[in-house]
Amino acid sequence: MATTALRRELEYISPTRRRVMGIVFVAAGVFIWLLFARPVGATDFTTFGLTPGGTEMTIGDLMFPSKMTLNAAAFLCLALGGYQLARGFGKRTNLILGIVALVFLFGFLAWAAAGGSVNIAGLLSSSLVKAVPLTLGALSGILAERSGIVNIAIEGQMLAAAMVGSILGSVTGNGWIGLLGAIITGGLLGLLLGWLSIRYRTDQIVVGTVINIFATGLTSYISSKFLQTYQELNFTSIFPRVPIPLLSDIPFFGTLLFNQNIFVYMMYILLIVLNIALFSTKWGLRLRSVGEHPRAADTLGINVYRTQYMGVILSGMVAGLAGGYFTLGSVGRFDEVMTAGRGFIALAAMIFGNWMPFGTFGAGLIFGFADSLAAKLSILGVNIPSEFMLMAPYIATMIVLAGVVGNVQPPAEEGKPYIKEG
Amino acid sequence: MTEEKKVQKASEILVDELTKERGNGSWLQRLGQSLLIPLLAVLTGLILGAVFIVITSEDVYAAFGRSFAQGMGEALGIVWDSYSALFTGAFGDPARISAALQSGDGETIRRAINPFFESLVASTPYIFGGLALALGFRAGVFNIGAEGQVFVGAIFAAFAGYAITGLPAIIHIPLALAAGALGGALWGFIPGWLKAATGGHEVINTIMMNYVAFRLSEWLLSGPMKRPDSFNPVSPTIEESAMLPRFFGYPIRFHLGFFIALAVAWFVYWLLFKTTWGFNLRTVGANPNAAKYAGIKVTRYMVLGMTISGALAGLAGTNEVLGLNYNLALAFSSGYGFDSIALALLGNNHPVGVVFAALLFGTLRNGSTRMQVSAGIPIDIISILQAVILIFIAAPAIIRALYRLKEEKDTGGVQMISGWGGN
Repeated sequence: MATTALRRELEYISPTRRRVMGIVFVAAGVFIWLLFARPVGATDFTTFGLTPGGTEMTIGDLMFPSKMTLNAAAFLCLALGGYQLARGFGKRTNLILGIVALVFLFGFLAWAAAGGSVNIAGLLSSSLVKAVPLTLGALSGILAERSGIVNIAIEGQMLAAAMVGSILGSVTGNGWIGLLGAIITGGLLGLLLGWLSIRYRTDQIVVGTVINIFATGLTSYISSKFLQTYQELNFTSIFPRVPIPLLSDIPFFGTLLFNQNIFVYMMYILLIVLNIALFSTKWGLRLRSVGEHPRAADTLGINVYRTQYMGVILSGMVAGLAGGYFTLGSVGRFDEVMTAGRGFIALAAMIFGNWMPFGTFGAGLIFGFADSLAAKLSILGVNIPSEFMLMAPYIATMIVLAGVVGNVQPPAEEGKPYIKEG
Repeated sequence: MTEEKKVQKASEILVDELTKERGNGSWLQRLGQSLLIPLLAVLTGLILGAVFIVITSEDVYAAFGRSFAQGMGEALGIVWDSYSALFTGAFGDPARISAALQSGDGETIRRAINPFFESLVASTPYIFGGLALALGFRAGVFNIGAEGQVFVGAIFAAFAGYAITGLPAIIHIPLALAAGALGGALWGFIPGWLKAATGGHEVINTIMMNYVAFRLSEWLLSGPMKRPDSFNPVSPTIEESAMLPRFFGYPIRFHLGFFIALAVAWFVYWLLFKTTWGFNLRTVGANPNAAKYAGIKVTRYMVLGMTISGALAGLAGTNEVLGLNYNLALAFSSGYGFDSIALALLGNNHPVGVVFAALLFGTLRNGSTRMQVSAGIPIDIISILQAVILIFIAAPAIIRALYRLKEEKDTGGVQMISGWGGN
């Protein structure tokens, strides 16, 4: 069967990659043993705090002997690497890679907090919150790119939406109206992207760059001309944490995942909805077919241009929601260039997650974790410059894009304008 | 597409490319035609900028509240005030210059004509940046990472400037310039090589490299390259022998960098249009398939294109360090790399066009400082102008429709990329 053959081809792991992965696993093990396990004193204990902030519920801390645990972690990596080199995990290679990465991170934290403690729950909670704009931005990217339009204007759309959200929220005193304004702003900028790249077939990267320059200029202009003088225009309320009954009572994971503000919940909902819509509905099939093979889609009677417009407008709206997070979900006021390149990291998360909703969520979490950890490094007294931690997401994305870890598959026809025949 | 069709299309494009350079009609006609769209784009941009200034002015609304005539008067007044401030900020105040000339005092004259030279100073990094992007576009690569290359170039140049001591200027300056170009070239080579070896699209990789460069500079300036006696993240001051000489006395900062930029522009022109190498490069950019069938090593030229583009962008950062700041500070670049995209397109990816576009942008940027001080218009208006001009350049059909110009055969915009990730 053709599909079986295709699947086999997709799951094929070349011998070179098998060996490379094996070496990576072994290297991780050696690294943990040499740099983490050996310097730690034999009597040191590591304490992981398991209670995130913002809840009355407390659960006991996790305490374990540092050296022994680290040795075990190193051994696990070595064993996995050995098996990979000898036999190979086949299609589970990427899963194992994920496990090794987690073990490595665990080892890093166990080493950094040896003889002390680190609040794992707090770290994870802040990773989740930091993942929100990245994941939403990446979902925005997916919507546009699955329809064949490259949206590198996510940054600009978020920035403009953040400002509109803050101003509307401040003027009306109602965060929901601000949020609505933010989403509409993003949608309009998405429409602009679509109009220029579909109607005028302008280079999509150029249009995206234009929107970024424009949004940066416009928001900074309005900010320095009005918002700094009339501060009441830029003083909005923040959406509070809403614990979800029952779910938030689950120890550890419940408090972590279900005691957040509505942006986090909207992210969950969008993830699920988008995943179903893209891969299990006629709508999603049409959207994807336009991104993969517009000519074929056109022949089958799908309106390519309308589908692309829908893709970019929805993309803009989701980016707008992400923008609203900055002012309405986090800071409560607009600052110049406050998105600080998150739109581009979102793009990275989209690629990292292989244009799949849950994949990008995973990428968003990893990037958010790197960000949170970078902030914690100096507190932990680790002698690694936080800048390198902050570089990691970008370098990781380049590695993924280079196909070292696995093959990412962008929509085949994105970035190319579709010209209807006849 | 079948092989045969590919070859046919390729040869057509090659012929187009050749005739484009030779052109038809008198040179004046050709010049007029190639200038029409950019000039109209700039003009329209300035008009829209004026509209924007008016609609964001509270005074205008207040005046309209009193009467329509007063409102119109106020609107015209504020546009006049803003744009005349832009003009005097960019070229100097004519009245002040003539008064200074009459006084005959050297420093007074220099102060009066300083705005003009400041415009040239502001244009210099734009020339390098615009050339970087233009050369990239000619080679078919979209170097959106010029900003990162600007940073790495500046890092290398600053290091060569302060760490090497005891050299005469005649050796030290070229050395520091070369170091800066090398830094940028390195930062351009990596995404170029990744594209050739793995197919990873340079747009994504250069965006990532931008952020790596920012973080790298943050780390270097807070640690290894930090000036020992300073609390701020600033590198040590470069040696005097590495400073690009300035031509006039205080306060004019006009320095050798401007002429280096012009020389580099000439060099890029020569490289692109007078050498086989440049022909191959442009063929690769215009149609990689044609280039492949003509026996040109496409990937090699793409990597080289990215590398040279990076070197040029690196020189933009180098110029700022060696010519103006004399040290490296955090976030010293005000987005030269991104503005350069607009510049290259405005200059039609031609070195001469880029120089003029850079002069325009430098002038606007320098003039806008004055506009901010005396007319209260935030400097960010320049970014808005830039974005509007860029849209019109990239989608000439809009300008044609606005001014009822004859449609060209192809109404499509400029195409630079073809998807990413794969190839």
